[in-house]
Amino acid sequence: MKIKEKIIEVFLFLCASITILTTIGIVVILLYESISFFGSVSIIDFFTDTKWTPLFSEKHFGILSLVSGTFLTSAIAIAVALPVGLTIAIYLNMYAPKSFRKTLKPLLEILAAIPTVVYGFFALTIVTPFLQNIYPDLETFNSLSAGLVMGIMIIPFISSLSEDALYAVPKSLKEAAFGMGSTRFQTAIKVMVPAASSGIIVSVILAISRAIGETMIVAIAAGQQAQFSLDPTIPTQTITSYIVQVSMGDAPQGSIEYKTIFAAGLTLFLFTFVLNSVSFWIKKKYQEKYE
Amino acid sequence: MNNLQKNKLIDSAFKTLGILFTLLGIIVLAILLYNIIKVGYTRVNWDFLTSLPSRRASKAGIYTAIIGTLDLMLLTIIFAIPIGVGAGIYLEEYAKKSRFSRLLEINIANLAGVPSIIYGLLGLGIFVRFFGFGGSILSGALTMSLLILPIIIVATRESIKAVSPSLKEASFALGASKWQTIQKVIIPSSFGGILTGIILSLSRAIGETAPLIVVGAMAYVPFVPHSLFDTFSVLPMQIFTWTTRPQEGFAIAAAGAIIILLAITFIMNGIAVYFRNKWQNKLQ
Repeated sequence: MKIKEKIIEVFLFLCASITILTTIGIVVILLYESISFFGSVSIIDFFTDTKWTPLFSEKHFGILSLVSGTFLTSAIAIAVALPVGLTIAIYLNMYAPKSFRKTLKPLLEILAAIPTVVYGFFALTIVTPFLQNIYPDLETFNSLSAGLVMGIMIIPFISSLSEDALYAVPKSLKEAAFGMGSTRFQTAIKVMVPAASSGIIVSVILAISRAIGETMIVAIAAGQQAQFSLDPTIPTQTITSYIVQVSMGDAPQGSIEYKTIFAAGLTLFLFTFVLNSVSFWIKKKYQEKYE
Repeated sequence: MNNLQKNKLIDSAFKTLGILFTLLGIIVLAILLYNIIKVGYTRVNWDFLTSLPSRRASKAGIYTAIIGTLDLMLLTIIFAIPIGVGAGIYLEEYAKKSRFSRLLEINIANLAGVPSIIYGLLGLGIFVRFFGFGGSILSGALTMSLLILPIIIVATRESIKAVSPSLKEASFALGASKWQTIQKVIIPSSFGGILTGIILSLSRAIGETAPLIVVGAMAYVPFVPHSLFDTFSVLPMQIFTWTTRPQEGFAIAAAGAIIILLAITFIMNGIAVYFRNKWQNKLQ
């Protein structure tokens, strides 16, 4: 009996250890191929060159053009999702009747459950033609509609998590503000949002991290030309859509094209790792504050 | 206008804005669904479901993609559920408050935030190349399992946490061992929550495209996989390749396939919500 218990415990421990192995695997794979990549490409060029053309005959390896594409589409997405998501969170928490809140929140969360390839189709075949009616110079592939649609997709990340944070603020704070004669808007802006600020910041960081790593929307709707530019009306390429482009082709193992996707992946991993760590740290600190 | 009136005006203006933004999300959802159904409904019929992919858009079907998706999910279930639930039980019931268990916890939170395409690179490096499984359905399923593991672990832990400690103590008081308590008391009473988490993680996996592209899912697979080492396609992969084709007919086929994919996703989410509500009622 004792032995059986022990075997089970060891088995369960091994299950949990797989998560550690996953992280080690990610780091080792990305580093291994990247080190070999930097054996043939200077790391200074990688960070300062503004051209990214590994698939052309004249090869340039400036990650900045992919980073600028990633930054641009994510910035557009956050510019949509942050004001809309936060307003929805405040509305649901302070204004909406309880029954409303209970139906609307899951309804909005459907937006996050839709596969991203569907959003890509939506951006390319519906949003872009619509925007072209307003602004005819918009190209077929552009970061504007990819960013806008990505913004819609991440609204629930901000609205749901921020609403949770607002909900966790002690009721006494809210009641005190009302007791002083504040309107709901004043209470929300001056009391509730500051009190829930760490939770709201965490939700925004997670949304940014999600936007940076988003792949299919940009791969379908934003084009495949890496450009060091912040013009939202022209085609662009992000780190993620570059990896997709190479994977759809036939880059032989060991070739420089094959290695570029790991160097690009390492860059992406570092960005999201920093963002996730910051949000984790804020979350821990915030829990201590209230407990 | 005095201060009070001004403040009341701002207050109601913000309320209107809140309603508008909330509706905006729902309206966009409606526009998306309406347009996709409008474009694709003509293709949704039995022929579409049972035809092989084709170079001619009007004849192309999603048979191999659907079977590929089902096979991939079945394998993912086999790999991910025992490991994910096991890891969740370990962290909640066995792990002592040590630095190692803290590390495990931070690590899982971090893995949940790693972009899916990075899992694709991991799968490419380990399963496709290192173990030599190639761009097979086995590589795809192993990659997908690692991707959804953090979701299953977190859901398992949350559900176990929600089980009242008195149940556990009663079981110990009757002389049950730790594993007996887990097996007979904790798992049955947290089952609804764990099941919800599993269904949600699978519904996420069904829609994932990026990691499978990197691992080597094929755009054109004219046959159904017969072994673990066969190449494969999945529904979102088929949608992606049709979407990127310039001919109009493929956009219609893509919309048809999206209707099927969305139907599967919504049904799974609906089942998950149903189980969650049922389980939460039982807990209270």
